[in-house]
Amino acid sequence: MEKKLEPSFKEGGKLHKFWPLYDGFATFLFVPGHVTHNGVHVRDSIDLKRTMSVVILALVPCLLFGMYNTGYQHFLALGQTPELGASFLYGLLKVLPIVVVSYAVGLGIEFAFCIIKKHPISEGYLVSGILIPLVLPADIPLWMVALAAAFAVIIGKEIFGGTGMNVLNVALVARAFLFFAYPTYMSGDMWVSMNDRNGYEVIKEGLVDGYSGSTLLGQVADAGFNGTFKNVAGADITSTVFSDAFFGFIPGSIGETSTLACLIGAAILIISGIGSWRIIFSTFLGAYAIGLLFNAVAGSNAYMAMPAHYHLVFGGLAFGAVYMATDPVSAAQTKLGKLIYGFGIGAFAVIIRVVNPAYPEGVMLSILFFNVMAPIIDYFVVQSNINKRVKRFKLASNGVK
Amino acid sequence: MGKSIKIKKGLDIRLIGEAEKVTVSPDSVDSVVIRPTDFHALVPKCLVNPGDVVKAGTPLFFSKKHPEIQFCSPVSGEVTEVVRGAKRKLMAIRILADKETQYQQANVPSAEGASREELIAALCANGLWPYIRQRPFDVIANPNVAPKAIYISAFDSNPLAPDLDFALQGYGTEFQKGLDVLAKLAPVNLTVHTSRTKSEIFLKAKNVDIHTISGPHPSGNTGVQIHHISPVNKGEVVWTVNPQDVVIIGRLFTENRYNALRVVAITGSEVTRRRYAKAITGVPMRALLSGNLNHENNVRIISGNVLSGTKESIDGNLGFYDSQVTVIPEGYEPELFGWALPGFGKFSLNRSFFSWLMPGKKYTLDTNQHGEERAFVVSGEYEKVFPMNIYPVYLLKSILANDIERMEQLGIYEVAPEDFALCEFVCTSKIETQSIVRKGLDFVMSETE
Repeated sequence: MEKKLEPSFKEGGKLHKFWPLYDGFATFLFVPGHVTHNGVHVRDSIDLKRTMSVVILALVPCLLFGMYNTGYQHFLALGQTPELGASFLYGLLKVLPIVVVSYAVGLGIEFAFCIIKKHPISEGYLVSGILIPLVLPADIPLWMVALAAAFAVIIGKEIFGGTGMNVLNVALVARAFLFFAYPTYMSGDMWVSMNDRNGYEVIKEGLVDGYSGSTLLGQVADAGFNGTFKNVAGADITSTVFSDAFFGFIPGSIGETSTLACLIGAAILIISGIGSWRIIFSTFLGAYAIGLLFNAVAGSNAYMAMPAHYHLVFGGLAFGAVYMATDPVSAAQTKLGKLIYGFGIGAFAVIIRVVNPAYPEGVMLSILFFNVMAPIIDYFVVQSNINKRVKRFKLASNGVK
Repeated sequence: MGKSIKIKKGLDIRLIGEAEKVTVSPDSVDSVVIRPTDFHALVPKCLVNPGDVVKAGTPLFFSKKHPEIQFCSPVSGEVTEVVRGAKRKLMAIRILADKETQYQQANVPSAEGASREELIAALCANGLWPYIRQRPFDVIANPNVAPKAIYISAFDSNPLAPDLDFALQGYGTEFQKGLDVLAKLAPVNLTVHTSRTKSEIFLKAKNVDIHTISGPHPSGNTGVQIHHISPVNKGEVVWTVNPQDVVIIGRLFTENRYNALRVVAITGSEVTRRRYAKAITGVPMRALLSGNLNHENNVRIISGNVLSGTKESIDGNLGFYDSQVTVIPEGYEPELFGWALPGFGKFSLNRSFFSWLMPGKKYTLDTNQHGEERAFVVSGEYEKVFPMNIYPVYLLKSILANDIERMEQLGIYEVAPEDFALCEFVCTSKIETQSIVRKGLDFVMSETE
């Protein structure tokens, strides 16, 4: 097939315009028979496709659990017993269309850019395309998904020059776009999937009394931390809130709720050497450290008194730390820089949560902020290396060995 | 007293095809080729014409910039061909070799009594100077600039590299003589490996500072050793020489002639009888590999090692600085969903292939690139195999931006292309880091000289 098709896409062929498209599909099917020409004669087996597939593999636990939890919260809100099969099926039917739309729109735009700019198709969007659905609520209208994916690919990535050139994490650009463009939709009590949702209207028919669709962080931000937590059905879950949040049986974005699933993903990323343990570890550390600091100075502010370890399992902190902060393109690149960058993300996320009640979830803003700061962090780390060299040069020119 | 260096970052690429420790003499060598292109940045001026009869040690060409540096014939015989490329650039000189090599008697001073200048003049006039290379820029040393020191690595840590303990067996006197000569030019630093180097030729060498280093490749690269012993600052120059070339230098003073004989390792998975061969500089590949290959077709013949060697054909010849030939399969075959397979048999630094579960396994690697070139995406990857206090990606980016000041700040004077070979090997984005570094060095050299 390859031999038959290739000539029409080559230089001078009828379909040469679409060479990036052909090349993209051909290299997806086959690792090409390209050989080294100068420089090293052998190459490591790794390539960007492999790297990206490992990240996608690491996202699978979050995706599967997210589907299950979407159904679980739905049935809980209706006052029914959430059964495993039914919950999963419900979630699958909710989540799958979002994934399909995200990939179709994002890849479509990316292909178009590659054809126009005559670039080979890069693998970056394979990961962004699955990350975007996982940071959205399950009931999001599909047109919003399409709009967000388009915005993220064009404004977040392609105008900078494509994969490898973006300043901000692409999936978070999509999330931030929706957050600021449709604020009434992306906050409040829309985190539980309903049977029918017509645009912004939540159809509350059939819900149990005492229903609340807000996240745990939302509850704390609204009412202040009073030591109690409720689930979507209004039942008191104070005694099990940490384990519920750790395993992920709480409302939230599709993929972010389970800290356990994120940790499984983290293990895959760290063992394979593809994700930076420095960033993951220091993000958790930063959040915990600031949480403890707030505990120590809590006084009149009840939110500050919330146990520090709750911050690690609530909201999107784990998901952000494992999958978003580690994006190598938008993160810091030096070893020390990565530690500072991660610590900053964790610390700022908790500060935003606690200090600014308008944003009950601070992880997204914190990561975006540190995406922008990353080059400056690296600048200082690299500058200290340069300073050592300059100092050595000065000593040498003064005759000191 | 020498330093003791420990490096942890690096990678030993475990290839099948090490040479057995047996030395053979290849069949009679009928012709040798000397290529000015082996010497980076050299502008040669030719001294011979087809039909001229030369002896071993007769100058063939010289450097236009430093006319005292002569490049001599390693064999006696008749010049059969002077190959010129575009703009009459001298590409190669082919010499039909005599059965018995006639040597031109060199008139050299005694190593002990001669002055530094006399020794340099003798090395230049007799074709030995090109064996001395300098940092920065990784080119033939400038004889007019006194270096801070001379560095010699007593072992080669590249994949399938010749065991220098074995290659120098029986050449202890010449090696020491070479060291004595070099020690009169500048202080000599010899770096031995804590576990690999066992030969007394190195461990008991005199007139040198002996340093020890431990760890995987690139521990044998002089660049890494220099960086840890005494890094090159802007304006400083150091020289490097290969141990086998020290022997050749030594012979000028023990035998009074240019005798470019060295021990070459014939390695690689596609070689039938992997041995060491006594061979002359410029020896044809055919003399080393004829009847010695598993397949004639679809193989990559490399003069040197798989990381920094040069691609050659069977009709080519051994490069001037090389003492290794590697033959590996070409990798033209596309692989269905190759990026998605578990990868038990795929060598990688990265543990996304399950081959990491088999740490001792050796591999036959082909020349497939395993993917296409991309922008820099992954970070922290080069650092795992780059044991210098330099930020490799930042340096590469400053080179791509042609920013000389930044290159200097980030340490361009301390590196040579070969130091980036492992970075290139492990690169997920398949970026050609060695050629970027070469361009950077060339650019700085052209702007500063």
